[in-house]
Amino acid sequence: MSQPVVAPRWQDPFAILAILTTAKTIAIVGLSPNELRASHFVGFYLRRHGYRIVPVNPREKAILGETSYPTIGEVPFPIDVVDVFRQPDAVPEIAREAVRAGAKALWCQYNVISPEGGDIAERAGLRVVMDRCMKVEHARHLGRMHWLGFNTGNVTARRGGP
Amino acid sequence: MREKPAREFGFDTRAIHAGQRPEPYTGARAVPIFQTTSYVFEDPDSAAAYFNLQEYGNTYTRIMNPTTAVFEERVASLEGAAGGVAFASGLAAQAAAFFTMLVPGDHVVSSAALYGGSITQLKHLQRKLGFEVTFVDPDDLDQWRAALRPNTKVLFGETIGNPGGNVLDIEAVAAIAHERGAPLMIDSTFATPYLCRPMEWGADIVTHSATKFIGGHGTSIGGIATESGNFNWSNGRFPVVADPSPAYHGLAFHETFGVYGYLMKLRAESLRDLGGALSPFNAFLFLLGLETLPLRMAKHVENALAVARWLETQPGVTRVRYPGLDSSPYRELAKKYLPRGAGAIFSFDLPGGRDAGRRFIEALTIWSHLANVGDAKSLVIHPASTTHRQLSDEELTAAGISAGTIRLSVGLESAPDLLADLEAGLRAVSAKTEARA
Repeated sequence: MSQPVVAPRWQDPFAILAILTTAKTIAIVGLSPNELRASHFVGFYLRRHGYRIVPVNPREKAILGETSYPTIGEVPFPIDVVDVFRQPDAVPEIAREAVRAGAKALWCQYNVISPEGGDIAERAGLRVVMDRCMKVEHARHLGRMHWLGFNTGNVTARRGGP
Repeated sequence: MREKPAREFGFDTRAIHAGQRPEPYTGARAVPIFQTTSYVFEDPDSAAAYFNLQEYGNTYTRIMNPTTAVFEERVASLEGAAGGVAFASGLAAQAAAFFTMLVPGDHVVSSAALYGGSITQLKHLQRKLGFEVTFVDPDDLDQWRAALRPNTKVLFGETIGNPGGNVLDIEAVAAIAHERGAPLMIDSTFATPYLCRPMEWGADIVTHSATKFIGGHGTSIGGIATESGNFNWSNGRFPVVADPSPAYHGLAFHETFGVYGYLMKLRAESLRDLGGALSPFNAFLFLLGLETLPLRMAKHVENALAVARWLETQPGVTRVRYPGLDSSPYRELAKKYLPRGAGAIFSFDLPGGRDAGRRFIEALTIWSHLANVGDAKSLVIHPASTTHRQLSDEELTAAGISAGTIRLSVGLESAPDLLADLEAGLRAVSAKTEARA
């Protein structure tokens, strides 16, 4: 079970934090209406933490109470982040759509590993995160992941957040 | 935005800081003891999100507690794990770690040289929960391989065997496990993450009795299970971990939570259902222990080596089983896996059997005779009449001990005092032997 190695700059904590702290609108490509799927957990969590969630799923009219669009190109307002829950071979085309839509970041979830897609987005000036979960990274850096005994990697003597 | 370190923090720094952000409401520098059973929800939606596992939130201390969580994350950080789940004892942690992955009909391959309580636990679990255990000589890699069956689901051993001092070839046994698509689970109580981090050698799950060196002062019973997050529970062999859970409306833990799937299941199902939660107060005491773990372990292994070397020169002692000695058959493995020292718990043999063991212990004044290890105080016990009493003679031999075996847990006292006391014990044994002759 060998996967392409993800470039360290695509898992950089600085880039991850920069995205999480500046993004307002997140298009989730492949967001499932099934509340037991990982994508739904992520969408639910991000919406709960104040982000505007834009479902991109051609099979659904609405998910999590938000209008679902068939493609990124059909979303009629600006998008900050394109978050991808699709097979890796779908990523290059999604990356091109993200570039055309003026997104500032391309985020590929666990096992969504596409160096080609990452290169396309990066060459156009987007920040790229790959093989990382947006919910986990939010919970790690800004949320409450430490309440469940997970290793956040955070070590600090500064007074804590929430 | 919070500034991020450009490099990894060192072990000693993480032993003091990992898992804790100074408390936001009061700024308390020590980890507060959240001695509470339950937590007031912000609103009904938040409560629902917590119980659905859609949001990280405190619900009930049987499942999670903010003080205990600091302890869990700190041990996970020191082990290099994805996370940890604390339990009321080391055996509770171990039982829950097995319970999470095993179903009736499964097969376990375990080292035979385990803590007596672990052997007893496995034997009871296999009888009552319907899985099978094959015990193997941990030193013999061929035995590990030969014991594998199509339904083997986990391999289990100790970093440093109890009380024979067997050092496990973790890297080799991990490779054997992974060829079969099974995880390797290690009880690393005797090593602590200061001396060995089994996950760096391929282990998937590492458990501890925190009662021992982690707490370090003999005050509290507790345990923890940590997992690397690297094992593929969706390899088709672990439907109990990977398939939709009826307890959570069909949630597939490994698919949904990825590297955190096993740990979520361990907490949200096994800890919740079996109920062996750690007291927050005990977690606080373990955290105090962890802050000085590097200092204490360095002194523990220094004293242990001094005691072992001295015992080796004594005519009344037939065998000293300390992996840190040049004479140990485990010396090379100890150099590889335990470069900072081979622990502080080991055994030696008195030729006079049970009677000699009894007279030796009666003569000691600074070594405490009790059934524990890993205390700041030096401890001594005669396994054949106490911790390993439930084992048959054959099982004693399989565990690498005899009727005259004495086990020491070397503490932090002045080494000359420890040696003088042991000398008095040996004199008591030889005086009786001479009187008889």
